[in-house]
Amino acid sequence: MALPQPKLDKLAALTAGLALPKSGWAAPARADAMSRLAAMGLPDKRDEYWRYTDPTPLTTAVAPFAAVFDAGDETPLFDAIDRVKLVFVDGIFDAAASDDLTLSGIEIDLLSRVAALDIHWARDSYGVLECRGQLPVARPLAALNTAFATEGVLIRVSAKVTKPVALIYLHKSDGSDVKLHHCIKVEQGAQLSLLENGPAAARFNSVLEVDVADGARFHHIRAQGRDHARHAATHIFARLGNGSAFKSFTLTANGALTRNEAVIDLDGDDAAAHVAGAAVGDGQFLHDDTVFITHTGQRCESRQVFKKVLKNGAVGVFQGKILVKQGAQKTDGYQISQSLMLDDDSQFLAKPELEIYADDVKCSHGSTSGAIDDTALFYLRSRGVPLKDAQSLLVLAFLAEAISEIEDDAIAEDIRLRLDGWLSRHGR
Amino acid sequence: MLNINNLHVKLETEDKQILRGVNLVVGAGEVHAIMGPNGSGKSTLSYVLSGKDGYTVTDGTAKLDGADLLAMEPEDRAAAGLFLAFQYPVEIPGVGNMTFLRTAVNAQRKSRGQAEMSAGEFLKVVREKAKRLSIDADMMKRPVNVGFSGGEKKRNEILQMAMLEPRMCILDETDSGLDVDAMKLVADGVNALRDAGRAFLVITHYQRLLDHIRPDVVHIMAAGRIIKTGGPELAMEVEKNGYADLLAGAV
Ligand SMILES: Nc1ncnc2c1ncn2[C@@H]1O[C@H](COP(=O)(O)OP(=O)(O)OP(=O)(O)O)[C@@H](O)[C@H]1O
Ligand SMILES: [Mg+2]
Repeated sequence: MALPQPKLDKLAALTAGLALPKSGWAAPARADAMSRLAAMGLPDKRDEYWRYTDPTPLTTAVAPFAAVFDAGDETPLFDAIDRVKLVFVDGIFDAAASDDLTLSGIEIDLLSRVAALDIHWARDSYGVLECRGQLPVARPLAALNTAFATEGVLIRVSAKVTKPVALIYLHKSDGSDVKLHHCIKVEQGAQLSLLENGPAAARFNSVLEVDVADGARFHHIRAQGRDHARHAATHIFARLGNGSAFKSFTLTANGALTRNEAVIDLDGDDAAAHVAGAAVGDGQFLHDDTVFITHTGQRCESRQVFKKVLKNGAVGVFQGKILVKQGAQKTDGYQISQSLMLDDDSQFLAKPELEIYADDVKCSHGSTSGAIDDTALFYLRSRGVPLKDAQSLLVLAFLAEAISEIEDDAIAEDIRLRLDGWLSRHGR
Repeated sequence: MLNINNLHVKLETEDKQILRGVNLVVGAGEVHAIMGPNGSGKSTLSYVLSGKDGYTVTDGTAKLDGADLLAMEPEDRAAAGLFLAFQYPVEIPGVGNMTFLRTAVNAQRKSRGQAEMSAGEFLKVVREKAKRLSIDADMMKRPVNVGFSGGEKKRNEILQMAMLEPRMCILDETDSGLDVDAMKLVADGVNALRDAGRAFLVITHYQRLLDHIRPDVVHIMAAGRIIKTGGPELAMEVEKNGYADLLAGAV
């Protein structure tokens, strides 16, 4: 099916200045992604999964400017954690600011450093889960990323690695337009924690492909920085083997546009996938969680917990689907998306979907939006808690279910504190 | 200590008058009880005193130690020493009972210019007071009032009162829903706090509680007014005869 002319024009404009690498092990995957993208075209507001979120700023030829946020002398999140740190400044790896990448039980490569090789283990990973994740819902920005990503990390884990790998994304240039593509392979029985922190760029497009083999575990915690005007489209594609576990939590504070997609396939039996997010926005803020979880194996558990706090015209979007395939018996699927409106000007748009082809499953989903409970607020104040503190306490209580998805108590507490800080800066 | 004069209150959103001229003076060291038929305005009085939204004061005043209560925010009233044990304690999912108590205690200390209680000290005090009210550690860990039984919620109110050590304590039907033993615990909690610098306003429907907490003065409230004031014998009379005679005599 030929694309309509406007879609062709938009794609041509965006890709005109981009170079598709023609050599090296990733070239075939990139060429394939480009041809898929050419067939799909870039998203626009008429596409079913872009009805609530206008993708225009993500698809313009030039990235919209985004002023760099000055966090003052605030200690960056995760700084207190013993980790292997990789720093990227507007998408460019900063070796001097990064740690030594040798660690036992784990191989870490940079996409840019190994791109010219003819052979690399990531050849069997790069773009594979992304390509699979294009059905039944097209994700053109992910294909765009696979074709043109300029950097990324390729991580293969063969042991239970206790030290987390931390990707730090600094944003220093107002007009940076960055595409990072990471491939992670957690081999049988292995374990990895991945931390990501920072806005990365004025416009950021990321793909994280994670293969979690039988009995392996993958934990992911990320924070998307505090820049107000930045735009981001992130994608997680994960496949889970037998008895494996995948857990991802995202903290989003500010950002003009954030589209976080997660496409997870519970491929093996007895696996568990949890995706959670806490997002807080004031004013120019659109935050979109679009999740697609497929239950293929039996006795798998999936949880989606998304909470948003909105004020001053901020917009929250949730599109979450659980697909239970035929034969995926004893599936336990849970999905909740809620938003708390701090005023009457904000908006929450939710589209929860369940599609079930097995008969012995337990699936629940709920979506609500509401205001702070005045009765609870009065109760707290009647005990002497000042209004602002009482509000913060109730907002944090609202976010608690999402934050409790973080297994590491110290990180959870740090994130709670930062949310508390945000609330005290953005309180009424 | 508490001085209520000709207090008239209506609902904010409706033209419904609820309090029609309440006069009440509670002195330091005193315990006053308020009884009265359902819907007579007892809870409304306690809410208006503690600063709940939704009511409009159309006339009259309410003062705590001479300070105009009605002009203060709820948290400032609490800091000034006012406490209301709610008839229906509120459930707050996601906020741990311990966190809540500590936040409240420290907020009040802060507003009075006192140093915050250390975590260790706080824990020690709270454990001791909770034990006296038969509140177990598990209840302290749970979210505020969530999943608590009716009686547990009421005991939790008294625990808050014991921790905050307010000077003017209003108890709105704290005895309702309590079993005999719990009633005794609650009464002991109140009696432990009784001293010359503190006053209580105990709203109740039953003489039983007043056997344990001996009031100095008993008021009967009806249709938004205090229609009769007397000693403890007034509570006996209500218990025996109901309100019919009192109401008939009040017009
Ligand atoms: N927010 C409100 N909206 C509508 N009516 C109200 C509201 N608050 C109080 N009222 C009415 O005001 C009257 C007094 O209520 P209040 O709760 O003060 O009575 P009470 O004396 O405490 O009764 P009870 O003994 O049943 O607890 C009742 O008729 C009640 O329905
Ligand atoms: Mg009442």
